[in-house]
Amino acid sequence: MSTSPADHGAPPTGDVGAGPTAYPDEPAPLQRTSATFLGMPSFQTAAKAALADTQQRRNLAHATATIRGKRAAVVAEVEAWEELRVAGAAAKDEVLHHLPHYLEQLEENLTARGATVHWARDAEEANRIVVGLVQERDADEVVKVKSMATQEIELNEALEAAGIHAWETDLAELIVQLGHDRPSHILVPAIHRNRAEIREIFLREMGEVGRPAPEDLSDEPARLAEAARLHLREKFLRAKVAVSGANFAVADTGTLVVVESEGNGRMCLTLPETLISVVGVEKVLPTFADLGTMLQLLPRSSTGERMNPYTSMWTGVHAGDGPQDVHVVLVDNGRSHVLADPVGRDALRCIRCSACLNVCPVYERAGGHAYGSVYPGPIGAVLNPQLRGTGSDVDKSLPYASSLCGACFEACPVRIDIPALLVHLRTQVVDEASGRSVEALGMKAAAWTFADHRRLEAAQRAATVGGRLLGDRTIRTVPGLGAWAQARDVPTPPKETFRQWWRRTHGDGAGTDGTGTDGTGTDGRTA
Amino acid sequence: MTSQGPTVAIFATCFNDTMWPEAPRATVTLLERLGCTVVFPREQTCCGQMFTNTGYADEAVPLVRKFVDVFERYEHVVAPSGSCVGSVRDQHAMLARRSGDGGLVTAVEELTPRVLELSEFVVDVLGRTDVGAYFPHRVTYHPTCHSLRMLHVGDRPLRLLREVRGIDLVDLPNATECCGFGGTFAVKNADTSIAMGSDKARHVRETGAEVLVAGDNSCLSHIGGILGRQRSGVRTLHLAQILASTEEDPA
Repeated sequence: MSTSPADHGAPPTGDVGAGPTAYPDEPAPLQRTSATFLGMPSFQTAAKAALADTQQRRNLAHATATIRGKRAAVVAEVEAWEELRVAGAAAKDEVLHHLPHYLEQLEENLTARGATVHWARDAEEANRIVVGLVQERDADEVVKVKSMATQEIELNEALEAAGIHAWETDLAELIVQLGHDRPSHILVPAIHRNRAEIREIFLREMGEVGRPAPEDLSDEPARLAEAARLHLREKFLRAKVAVSGANFAVADTGTLVVVESEGNGRMCLTLPETLISVVGVEKVLPTFADLGTMLQLLPRSSTGERMNPYTSMWTGVHAGDGPQDVHVVLVDNGRSHVLADPVGRDALRCIRCSACLNVCPVYERAGGHAYGSVYPGPIGAVLNPQLRGTGSDVDKSLPYASSLCGACFEACPVRIDIPALLVHLRTQVVDEASGRSVEALGMKAAAWTFADHRRLEAAQRAATVGGRLLGDRTIRTVPGLGAWAQARDVPTPPKETFRQWWRRTHGDGAGTDGTGTDGTGTDGRTA
Repeated sequence: MTSQGPTVAIFATCFNDTMWPEAPRATVTLLERLGCTVVFPREQTCCGQMFTNTGYADEAVPLVRKFVDVFERYEHVVAPSGSCVGSVRDQHAMLARRSGDGGLVTAVEELTPRVLELSEFVVDVLGRTDVGAYFPHRVTYHPTCHSLRMLHVGDRPLRLLREVRGIDLVDLPNATECCGFGGTFAVKNADTSIAMGSDKARHVRETGAEVLVAGDNSCLSHIGGILGRQRSGVRTLHLAQILASTEEDPA
């Protein structure tokens, strides 16, 4: 499969030019990272298709169950887990409540230690800054540490449009990028792929953009990892510029932190001359001591490990050691908007661990792509409509992409009450629609019925008449109830409602019915 | 029946009242057998959960007001639904704040801690786990999400079930996973809801149980709807029905 832009249906937007690969005779084709999430259909529509993808269903069921089990085991062994969650939430809340203060402190300390700080209002500004920095250094490629912020702003696409290769070096991100695919999980972006598919992608694609996979590649994990290692090695050794995100940015020291498993991040953070880190403004932590909390919460919640293999911290520039040209791009991109909502702002506590994805029964079945964003799952269902607004079909539908089962809240290491946020956003969607829908009319009619028990009783009489006519027959189809009845029997209305039964057996006076609320001394009353 | 126990106002919930009256009826039978005086305030209608969770907060607020008006005079309010009690205890305060009515906020905060799900009331207030029930059948219990994660009822329903004479109570695999009902989620995201419900139904059938029991008829109507469509030979019962069941008056 060729990777020329025309083959992928995208217009050639940049000067591809001669590639920096080890195959100088041919111009290296520009890597095409992924299709964007623009114009996604509603969650319901996308999920319907995803549910029919049997391979993905199997992969997701297996992978999420495995991570769930690992997480549960390592969380259970921490006695003070709840206290850690509270401390983690408190540290993030402290930052969110005093964000300008901590951002300025961070900038001051970064600058004092030799880093250059850039501020970006939105994705476009952030991309312009990064592309500009790379171009100023005459580089035509960057190696990348896995970063949600750069995916959110679609930095790879911006770099590629400027003729700059953006090489993802995280194994799963590499799989996604080589597959011209989109990530479907925050931590495990290729969770929807199994190893047979990964082998096929490596064999087909690696040679197009660098060192080819060995012809006898098998789908054993060790062989796949070896192929990735060899493919990436020349890029690590060659690249002059690295781009990363940061898991945490410590205000009182100016330290950035990247937490990872594979060591590819460490390569990117230490080998190139220039390091550009794109960091969402909510990533700030007040003090270095807060890392003590966060570094216990994150790995256990994320990979289900007591500690992750590689934790890299850097504080500006160290003469003669590591990148000598260090830049930090602090990105807002909708976060101030989220911060302005006193309920919704809790979502900015998120440390991108993805525990909520792994415990979510909806995510497990619908997969990540249906959420139409690099942030899938429960956190994506609350974050995307807040960052992007609720104008599009997918963002309007995301707050409803949950049964409100509460497993996400229970798993969240920084105690984001995702179900409450979902309900809050549903209200926002309904309020914005200003009552102009069939559903809104139905809801208003139901609310009218429930406003007075006599109206409810009248409606119930109609239902019980139906119930008596139907007898005990099971209802398998009902006009207008197609969404329910396609796979579920419909309960037959009873012949007698509870309140009819109560009146028959206990009479009107046994409770505080319409005539009995006159304080006749029912001993259960508190007043 | 001598009644030395407390007086309890039953909140039947609109869904049970209209569609599944067996559950509130069994609740009355059980509580009266345990010595309570049960009253049914007839003006009650609905906790408003369907409105709240679908985004219709403005429609839910009058129902919060009504709920307070109807129940604030009672010391004990008991409902055979973890989900509706969850909505009352977890969402009514938020709705009251949205209304901007400080008096309603205070009234809600005062009332809602006294609104209990059936197993909470029987175990915590009455201090009973053996309620004198008899139900000689193979049963598996689904702990519904709102009972489990909003109300934190814990093992109270299981402690009650274990004391039922003759019962063959078997564990449900993946019990804590949501069945996929989720209120309007069941129709708004019908495909995902059915995918979740099918897995739940599969786990129920793996147990060989003839009865699936839970504390919420909303979840049971969904799982039971799938089990019925499959002609699975498994019926659903509300927890109250098994606890009310006796040799003389079996469920």
